[in-house]
Amino acid sequence: MIPLFIKEIRSFLSSLIAIIVIVVFLLAIGLFMWVFPDSNTLDYGYSNMDILFNMAPWIFIFLISAITMRSFSEEKRMGTFESLVTKPISDLQIVLAKYLAGLVLVLFSLIPTLIYYYTVYQLGAPLGNIDIGATWGSYIGLLLLGSCYVSIGLFSSSITENQIVAFILSMFLCFFCFSAFEQLSKLSLFSPIDYLLEWVGINYHYQSISRGVLDTRDVVYFLSFTALFLGFTFKMSRKGK
Amino acid sequence: MSIEVQGLTKIYGEQKAVNDITFSIKSGEIVGFLGPNGAGKSTTMKMLTCFLQPTSGIAKVCGFDTSLMPMEVKRQIGYLPEHNPLYLDMYIMEYLLFVAGIYELKNRPKAVAEIIGKTGLSPEQNKKIGALSKGYRQRVGLAQAMLHNPKVLILDEPTSGLDPNQINEIRTLITEFGKDRTVMLSTHIMQEVEAMCDRVIIINKGQIVADDATDTLQKRFKSSLILNVEFKNSVNKDYLKTIPGVDMVTENGKNRWKLSASKGTDLRELVFKFAVNSGNVILEQNEEEQKLEEIFQHLTRNQ
Repeated sequence: MIPLFIKEIRSFLSSLIAIIVIVVFLLAIGLFMWVFPDSNTLDYGYSNMDILFNMAPWIFIFLISAITMRSFSEEKRMGTFESLVTKPISDLQIVLAKYLAGLVLVLFSLIPTLIYYYTVYQLGAPLGNIDIGATWGSYIGLLLLGSCYVSIGLFSSSITENQIVAFILSMFLCFFCFSAFEQLSKLSLFSPIDYLLEWVGINYHYQSISRGVLDTRDVVYFLSFTALFLGFTFKMSRKGK
Repeated sequence: MSIEVQGLTKIYGEQKAVNDITFSIKSGEIVGFLGPNGAGKSTTMKMLTCFLQPTSGIAKVCGFDTSLMPMEVKRQIGYLPEHNPLYLDMYIMEYLLFVAGIYELKNRPKAVAEIIGKTGLSPEQNKKIGALSKGYRQRVGLAQAMLHNPKVLILDEPTSGLDPNQINEIRTLITEFGKDRTVMLSTHIMQEVEAMCDRVIIINKGQIVADDATDTLQKRFKSSLILNVEFKNSVNKDYLKTIPGVDMVTENGKNRWKLSASKGTDLRELVFKFAVNSGNVILEQNEEEQKLEEIFQHLTRNQ
């Protein structure tokens, strides 16, 4: 499993996908946080990183879909999947290796934003006037959210040999799971189950963790969400075999 | 027994891709798996390598059942899939080290260096796989299949799409490697089987139509012989039939004839004498190679 994980990481690096994803993510977040007049932290006047944590889930929808779209579809289209599956590595290990590689990439795109944390920390008056609990909670929330997106992306990639289809499907599913449940729950049509519907969506739990309270229920939600989609991926990757 | 297959069947929807085939291969044999496209060769190989689950029946490799102990089976097998899929954006070394890692080999750099030497990849070893010619890619495909010294080598059309020189090189490699191992290779080229294999299994429409030693099968094919002749001057068809041994005469263009004879007669000499006696000149004559379809027709008719 480890050789495959390393291979996946190397292929992210050699195809420049990793670099592009990280740079685009930092650039977009940087613009929103420090440059755009409507949203920059300097004019905003409060020493927090809400802009980052509000924008990142939306930017991740694009970027994570882009990094996971190749994972299975390309292997299946090129036939390398057959070569891989017939080597002594189990299907579950293949799914996990690809998942971990995606997650590591997400992690590495988040690490440079610690500079922003340091900046806001320094700019606070008095120095260090930033809600440390909420910030770290949000980071953990963002990583867990990324984990959900990666599993959705892998699933989308496993059901089609076409990368574009995988990309679009993955974006839609990420968007739907992140935000649509919450939006739909506001419809009067769903009023009897509005709380449940909101609870199913990712955003509810993301917001909850962002407050800086690591509720086990939320963590369990994120982990089971990831496990569920990895399970679907596992099933789909071997469909018809 | 290296490979044992019993009543193996694979059904896709309505279609029986492989229909109740049974055979076994002793260790050390080089077996050719012959059949037209869509006959079920690849499907059978995919079941042997645990890529596909059989609908019914048992396949065993080195005593391990493919559905019960796939990991063990996969460790025993070296497999070159059809069309030789490779990661084109990887370097040869990088790729082979990755494969060595998956097989959990000890001393991976040494194993990789050895196989690069054996498969003649040394001059190209620092290139990306995508930059290699088809022949070298095929070597990389073979290298990844033979890297862990498998007891059983399964090759799905290892020489398809190569030029004649490359085909020869790849054949030599396979023969070298197959000296003390079991090799099963699929092809639809008869000469390939003649060149490399001790035994042939012919499959058609998912069923085995012949399973014999190569020599035995060859004798069966040679039971009828076809000769193409071109004369300079026109010849009477009935006159040609008087050549001893000739069963059938068909016209095949201007002054070109196709003669078939029963086994054991060498028509070439007789046709030459015939031409001399009738004052004619032979411009060309050649024995026709038995095409796969003819062999198939032959075999299915015999059954």
